[in-house]
Amino acid sequence: MTAAARPAPAVLRAFRRPVGALAGAWLLLVIAAAIFAPLLSPYEYDIQTLKEAYQPPSAAHWLGTDEFGRDLLTRLMYGARTSLSVSAIAILISVLCGMTLGAAAGYFGGRFDRLVTVVVDLTWSFPEILIALILVAIIGPGTTGVLVAISVAYLAQFTRLTRAQIMTLKGETFIEAARSLGAGSGHILFRHLLPNALAPVLVSAMLATGDAIILEATLGFFGLGAQPPTPSWGSMMSAGSALLFKSPGIILFPGLAVAITVIAINLFGDALIAALDIRSRMRPPQ
Amino acid sequence: MSQPLIRVEGLSRRFDTGGGFLKAPRSMWAVRDVSLAVGQGEVLGVVGESGCGKSTLARLVLRLIEPTSGRVLLDGTDLTTLGAADLRAARRRMAMVFQDPYSSLDPRYTVADVVTEPFVVQRRPVPPGAVAEMLEAVGLPASAAAGYPHQLSGGQRQRVGIARALALHPEFLVLDEPTASLDVSIQAQIIELLSGLRDRLGLTYLFISHDLGLVRYFCDRIVVMYLGAVVEVLPDTTTAPRHPYTRALMDSSFSPDPAQRRTLAPLAGEIPSPFALPAGCAFADRCPRADARCLAERPPLDGDPAHPTACFHPL
Repeated sequence: MTAAARPAPAVLRAFRRPVGALAGAWLLLVIAAAIFAPLLSPYEYDIQTLKEAYQPPSAAHWLGTDEFGRDLLTRLMYGARTSLSVSAIAILISVLCGMTLGAAAGYFGGRFDRLVTVVVDLTWSFPEILIALILVAIIGPGTTGVLVAISVAYLAQFTRLTRAQIMTLKGETFIEAARSLGAGSGHILFRHLLPNALAPVLVSAMLATGDAIILEATLGFFGLGAQPPTPSWGSMMSAGSALLFKSPGIILFPGLAVAITVIAINLFGDALIAALDIRSRMRPPQ
Repeated sequence: MSQPLIRVEGLSRRFDTGGGFLKAPRSMWAVRDVSLAVGQGEVLGVVGESGCGKSTLARLVLRLIEPTSGRVLLDGTDLTTLGAADLRAARRRMAMVFQDPYSSLDPRYTVADVVTEPFVVQRRPVPPGAVAEMLEAVGLPASAAAGYPHQLSGGQRQRVGIARALALHPEFLVLDEPTASLDVSIQAQIIELLSGLRDRLGLTYLFISHDLGLVRYFCDRIVVMYLGAVVEVLPDTTTAPRHPYTRALMDSSFSPDPAQRRTLAPLAGEIPSPFALPAGCAFADRCPRADARCLAERPPLDGDPAHPTACFHPL
């Protein structure tokens, strides 16, 4: 009704901060490289040209070639496809399931809440990597296994966060005001509680995506992720680890890609928190 | 008194705190056997110290919390037994203005969203021009509609809260300390606004406050509560109090005229714990007139039906 008056989305406002702009630009670059990899690169990611193996960076191969003579930059771009999409989709599934569980537990309380809390606290006490390894062992290596493993590994985090948000917001007077007007549970959950709980969950999801990229790379490094010849940053590092002294670029560049992308996600997440500025909108400074 | 719009009969509410590890469950009576009636067009004030159960009473009257026992009749309809659909329909006839103007508005809602929420909740179309009309009625410019609560001052936010309460043209408003969080100058404006709206729209108010001076200025009759129960009902704002507690309350509120100020006789002692109610009069251990009977027996609210007092030794 008053769309024009709503402030610019927080994501855009995050770009107005120098650090946020730099981190955001890198993320956009990586995402664009992943999407447009076939158009950007003259090479195929899976054609082996053994006589060109182990080349250092050059004009023809900007980052050099790997042990099968494949262009490293091309494989990095295709690797970004796997790493980013698996991490992002896994976190998306995790957020959707976690928000549903957490909102239901926090709003309705009772026996269901206690059950959810116990299960969540149990999984919370294990490291994510352990949960992920167990699940991949059950489902089997490959993209699907990694996807499910990462989703489940972060489920507890989003369930807990959403539940805590809902329980805090439930006590606000505007919820009581809505009830005094005759609002039912649906209105209160979907028009008041969830919209107010969303911002912190999204920021946390953003930061978890960074962790998920590392987890995906770790599983890939163990050979549990995408299977050859499909590249992922983790499996590329795994292949390069044996050739560390012969051709350091093979492990160095995917390692840098993971590191810089995860740092960028964290910095952008920080800028997003500052741009969202949730607290100061509740009350004016005293 | 004219025909009562709201009749409260024997309303009580007990809160139980669940026992836990090494903790016995406890229960307290926040509201004890409260009966009162609010006439059509009347402003009934409810005063008492913080923790005396007046806010709980406000929520019980609107059935925002369920009573342990007792009834609330709106125009003869018992609200406490209504089903969800009927209760929602009944909520069109009554509304509430809350104490905290900061947390009573959703920070993600624009002012227009806030004042049209009653229509959304009641699944009714928003009449064209209604937003501007409602804002004008509470003294806000129509341009405020697009703004967010965080852009408004406390007084303006409280006006938005009043506009929301009036959206569906209710007859009965519960005002839960609507000015307690505001500056004194703003308090006066809000009271003026509420007073004007009452005259213009023929509203009936249940006005909850801890400020006896404000209640005496604004209300037709005054109910004095102590520890969850009514101790006295003053038939008008000039009648001298009969209950020692009401007297102490009045003595503790400053008169603006220094010549009229009496020497303060501050109340000794503490309000008893609602978890362990005394057997006799709840006020006995702070009361200068208390004797053995007050400690042993609970005085009933009786005497003059127009001015009932729960005291064995009224003033």
